[in-house]
Order: sequence, then C-alpha cells, then structure tokens
Amino acid sequence: MALRAKVLRLSLAVNRNLPKTVFCNKRYFSEKSSSNPKASVSTENIDHVLYTEEHFALKSSLRKIIDQEINPYVDQWEEEGQFPAHKIFKILGSAGFLGVNKPVEYGGLGLDFSYSVAVAEELGNINCGGIPMAIGVQSDMATPALARFGSAELKREFLLPSVMGDIVACLGVSETGAGSDVASIKTKAVRKGDEFVINGGKMWTTNGTQADWMCLLANTSDDPSHKNKSLICLPMDLPGIQIARKIGKMGMWSSDTAEVFFDDVRVPCKNVIGQEGMGFTYQMLQFQEERLWGVANILTMMEKVVQETINYTRQRKIFKQPVLNHQVVHFRLAELQTEIELLRSLLHRATALYIKGNDVTKLASMAKLKAGRLARGVGDSCLQYWGGMGFTSGVLVSRFYRDSRLMSIGAGADEVMLSIICKYMDTLPRK
Amino acid sequence: MSARVLVGVKRVIDYAVKIRVKPDHTGVVTDGVKHSMNPFCEIAVEEAVRLKEKKLVKEIVAVSCGPQQVQETIRTALAMGADRGIHVEVSGKDYETLGPLQVSKIMAALAKKEEADLIILGKQAIDDDCNQTGQMTAALLDWPQGTFASELTLEGGKLKVVREVDGGLETIMINMPAVVTADLRLNTPRYATLPNIMKAKKKKIANVKPADLGVDVTSRLEVLNVDEPAQRLAGVKVETVEDLVGKLKESGRI
Repeated sequence: MALRAKVLRLSLAVNRNLPKTVFCNKRYFSEKSSSNPKASVSTENIDHVLYTEEHFALKSSLRKIIDQEINPYVDQWEEEGQFPAHKIFKILGSAGFLGVNKPVEYGGLGLDFSYSVAVAEELGNINCGGIPMAIGVQSDMATPALARFGSAELKREFLLPSVMGDIVACLGVSETGAGSDVASIKTKAVRKGDEFVINGGKMWTTNGTQADWMCLLANTSDDPSHKNKSLICLPMDLPGIQIARKIGKMGMWSSDTAEVFFDDVRVPCKNVIGQEGMGFTYQMLQFQEERLWGVANILTMMEKVVQETINYTRQRKIFKQPVLNHQVVHFRLAELQTEIELLRSLLHRATALYIKGNDVTKLASMAKLKAGRLARGVGDSCLQYWGGMGFTSGVLVSRFYRDSRLMSIGAGADEVMLSIICKYMDTLPRK
Repeated sequence: MSARVLVGVKRVIDYAVKIRVKPDHTGVVTDGVKHSMNPFCEIAVEEAVRLKEKKLVKEIVAVSCGPQQVQETIRTALAMGADRGIHVEVSGKDYETLGPLQVSKIMAALAKKEEADLIILGKQAIDDDCNQTGQMTAALLDWPQGTFASELTLEGGKLKVVREVDGGLETIMINMPAVVTADLRLNTPRYATLPNIMKAKKKKIANVKPADLGVDVTSRLEVLNVDEPAQRLAGVKVETVEDLVGKLKESGRI
C-alpha cells in the first residue's frame, strides 16, 4: 500500500491517546477561516448534465487507485523514463477501468462513452501526462476498432486480455515519413498464401517497448490510398520486429515511446480487423473517441495546475503581499478558469450527442484544438506566476508545461483539426 | 452458515480535507466539503465481505444514519459487496447532535429487527473520535464485544478476536451474537470495482425512521464551543544539557 496513505492511516490509529480538543486534531487546520468553503471536488448530489451517481462512484473508486498505486511512484517513474505498464494495467483492468465501453462478452462493461469520459477525467489526477496517455492508448485508442469490427476469434485473443489488463497494447499508425498525412504511410503487408509479410516501420509508438501486441495500420493492396489500408493485430514477439530505440522526449517521460522496424514479419491473414481495405476508415472512426478522451484528460490537469498556482501564490509573498493579491494574477487565473469551464461544456455536449448516436467529428475536433491551445496558455501563465520555483524540476507546473505541449501535436495536430473544421464550414479551396 | 451481519457505515469529512471551524464556533464547515466513508467503517465492510466470501456469513446489511447524502455511503458499501442497505433518516438539528448513544440505540433496535448474528463497526469515526458506539451497542443488547480487532476468526460457532491493546495483542473467545469493532490492521479494504459499482445500483436500500424503531434521538449533550487547537509556538534550542536544566528550572517545570 502507498506510503502516504499508510502514514495517514497510522496517524488515525495514534489518535486514541490524544487529550483535549473537541474535534479532530489529526487534520491540518488553516490559519484563518475564509468566508466561503474551498471547492474541493464535491460530489454531493449536485445536478450534472452528463454524470449520474454511478459516474461519481466510478470516479471515486478510480481516484483511490490513483492515490495509492500510481501517484506515490510518479516522480520515480518519470526519472526512470518508464512506468510498469503490465503491473498498472493489471490493477486497472481487474477493477474494470480498461473496458468501460467494451462488450461484456470480452470483459468489458458495455457502458456508453460518457463513462469512458468520466474515467479520462479522473485519470487527469495523475501527477504527470505520460501515464494517462499510456492508459488511454490501451483503453480507447488501440482497441475501439477491434471491439467494433474484429472477428470473435481476434477479440478473444487480443481484446479480452487487453481489457483485463493482462497484455499491453500499442497503436502503430504514424511513421517517420507520415504523421498528419496518414494516407501516405509506407508500411506494406503483402499477401503470401494465408499470411501477410510486413515490411516498414512505425514511429511515436506509445507503450512500444512494453507492448505485447500492436494495432497496426498497413497498406494491403495497391488501390487508392484511402481504400488500400487494413488494421492488423500484430503480436510484438514475432521474428523480424525490432524495437529500434526508446525515444528521448521533452516531456511525457514516464511513457516509453518507441521506434519500431518490420523486416519480413509474417502474420496470419485472419489477424486483419474487419474488412481488408477498410483500415483507413476504421482508423478515422476511432479518432472521435480518442480526441474527446484526450480533452477530458487534460481538463482535469489544467484545473489542478490552476489550483496549485492559487495555493502557491497565496502563500508566496512579494513586496510584502501574497503574489495572488496582485490583480494581474487573480484576474488571469479567472480568465483561464473561465476558458476551462467553456471547454468542459463543449466536451460534455459533444459526449452527450455522441452517446445518442450522432457524428460529433466537428465538435470533437474543435474541442481538441481548443484543449491543446488552452493547455499551452495555462502552462505558460501559471509557470510565470510560480517564478523561479516554476522553473525547477520538482514542481507539477513545470512537468505540466512540458507534458501538455504534446496536446497540440499528437493525436491530430492543431492544423489537422483546423482543416477538419474548415471542411465542415465549407471554407476549404474549392476544386 | 446462515449468519446475518450488520455493518455500520458513517459518512464523514474526507480524511484529506483541511478542516475549518465555522465563524460562529458551533462546529466545522461541512457545506461543499468532500465527504467519504469513515476509513474504519471501510475496514469493517471489507471484513464482512471476506467472511461472506469464506461462506461463514450469508447476508451483509449496511446501515447508515443521516440525511439523504448518506445513501452515497451505503452505495459504496454495496459496491464493496454488501447485499442490501438500510438508511435511517435523521436530518437537521437531530443530525447535528446525533451521537454514539443515539446511534447505538438504533443499531441495537435494528439488530433485533433484522435478527443479526454479528455487528461489525469501525472502532471510531475520524470526525468525533468517540470510540463508543460499538461498546454501547453491545451493552444495550447485552452481547459480548470484541473491540479494536486486528484479527477475526470463527471457531466452532464462537468468535476468536485478537485485540490491539496498549500492552500488545490480546486474544479473546466470545460467543455469538456479538459486536466487533475494526481496528486499522484488520485488513486492507478492496477497491470497489466498476462491475460491482454498476451491480450496486440494483441492490435495495430500505428507508426507516428512528421513531419506527422506537428510538428517541434527542441528544443529552450540548456543544458549547468549537475552537481550533492553539497554535504551536516555536521551540527554543539550547546548547548544553546545563542550559536545558536551567531553562526548565526557570519556567518552574522542575
């Protein structure tokens, strides 16, 4: 059990023999009682547009796991450049958090996407960006197409153990030569008998050094580039697969990111998810969920950073006053908090429409665009108010500054989001 | 075994929250503050669930006294494995003054009504630190009690309880029906898994009023004042043992 929780629990035991004070003397009293209660996350029967009692119970249980099994070790894992994916995924999988919207027959809970969003929001309480990102790949990026279109046999082999947390998944889409332009990937899978022979490579593979299988997007025919790709379930221990290197990055340190090469890798043709040639379409469908998930996750982190900045600037003094007392500081934080609430409303609106069966590509793209840019604004402004301390490696704000920069780049760069929105606005140059 | 266990669960301010005293000094601020199940009650629920998994107990009933919000706490117990819940409705002024004596009267009445064989409670609540409800309940029922339990086993229809006491560990054998209160090291409570959270939705919570149980919840205590503990003043460092003795003599301590 986590040390911090243990200390807190032991302190409760010591309670017995302490004399005097009427009420709880083991907690920390603030210096003065301010006029309104600080809004710690309150789940007291408040009206919510999207969440029910069960969503809140889910968040509360997941929070316990984060507080006991993950957060106490984050600093260490960030230093080591890796977190124990198998261990953490097993804990989450056993508690049911990796298959929230996956079919019940394959270990999932068959709940709607609003529950996945609730999980994503709660994972934002982890004190880094790398681990939630890795969990997101496992639960909502490498598996949705498999859950929707894969054969029963494939689902039994790859989906079920992924949902249970027994095996680690990764997503192979981006390549060194193709990121935003997914259609131009070069990895080829050539049919030879009842096998595919795969040559090529993938880049930016989150969980890559620890993964047991990859959801791989490859060219399986010579048809036009939007119709010639397939998603293939690729076990990562096959001969010919080389994890070339773990990539050193500016942030997301606890998440291992790999460059992978394929040299005549043979995989059975039945490992294709759904229809051959439909890979590109399936991948596009996965993106709506992936993007909303990312927004939900970073929202909580942004709020946490703003709150920690308030706490820090309240006690840090300059020119004989708390930093927070200077109008530019509390006004700017109010601006940021306003934008966070606006983004949250967009997220919940898009999610509510999505679970009713609507296509929310436009709203999801807008939300992702805004999330990336707002995170940069939050990181930059808050870091400034932390002053010299913000620049040190021991504080959450500097880690957030580094980690959150990826939001505008990965899972669809800002520019791609803008193109999608323009398509819906019909403002792209006409042919 | 067909035993039925009653587990009391209390909704308290979450252990990680910074407590603030109300400006009028009548209590602490509870509005908008995060609440959760008392940690010792969690341990009590976990023990009951383990007994059920060992097939030593047939049904677990989670009980909580308070306003509408305590249903959340009962649901958490259901998500951990309790079978059904009883919400004893107490609100307003009655809830503010609700204490161990009233709760133990309610527990005793429910134990008789539900024909319980075992009551497991947390040893104390982290808001009032009373450490009385278990003992009072046992006295009202004239049942044996095993308090501060760090280990609980059923042996031939009796309960073996290892108790954490100041001198170390004390092992006692008590007959059933009995009251047991859970101490820190009894077990480590499980996480409520998502499938169980969803299943808990279908489990029943019955509503009951203290009057229905023939219990009068009027308090015999009146809180006069609530204050923060005095600020701890800085200490003084001295160079030598002689200085220390000198200072102690100066302040009249020796």
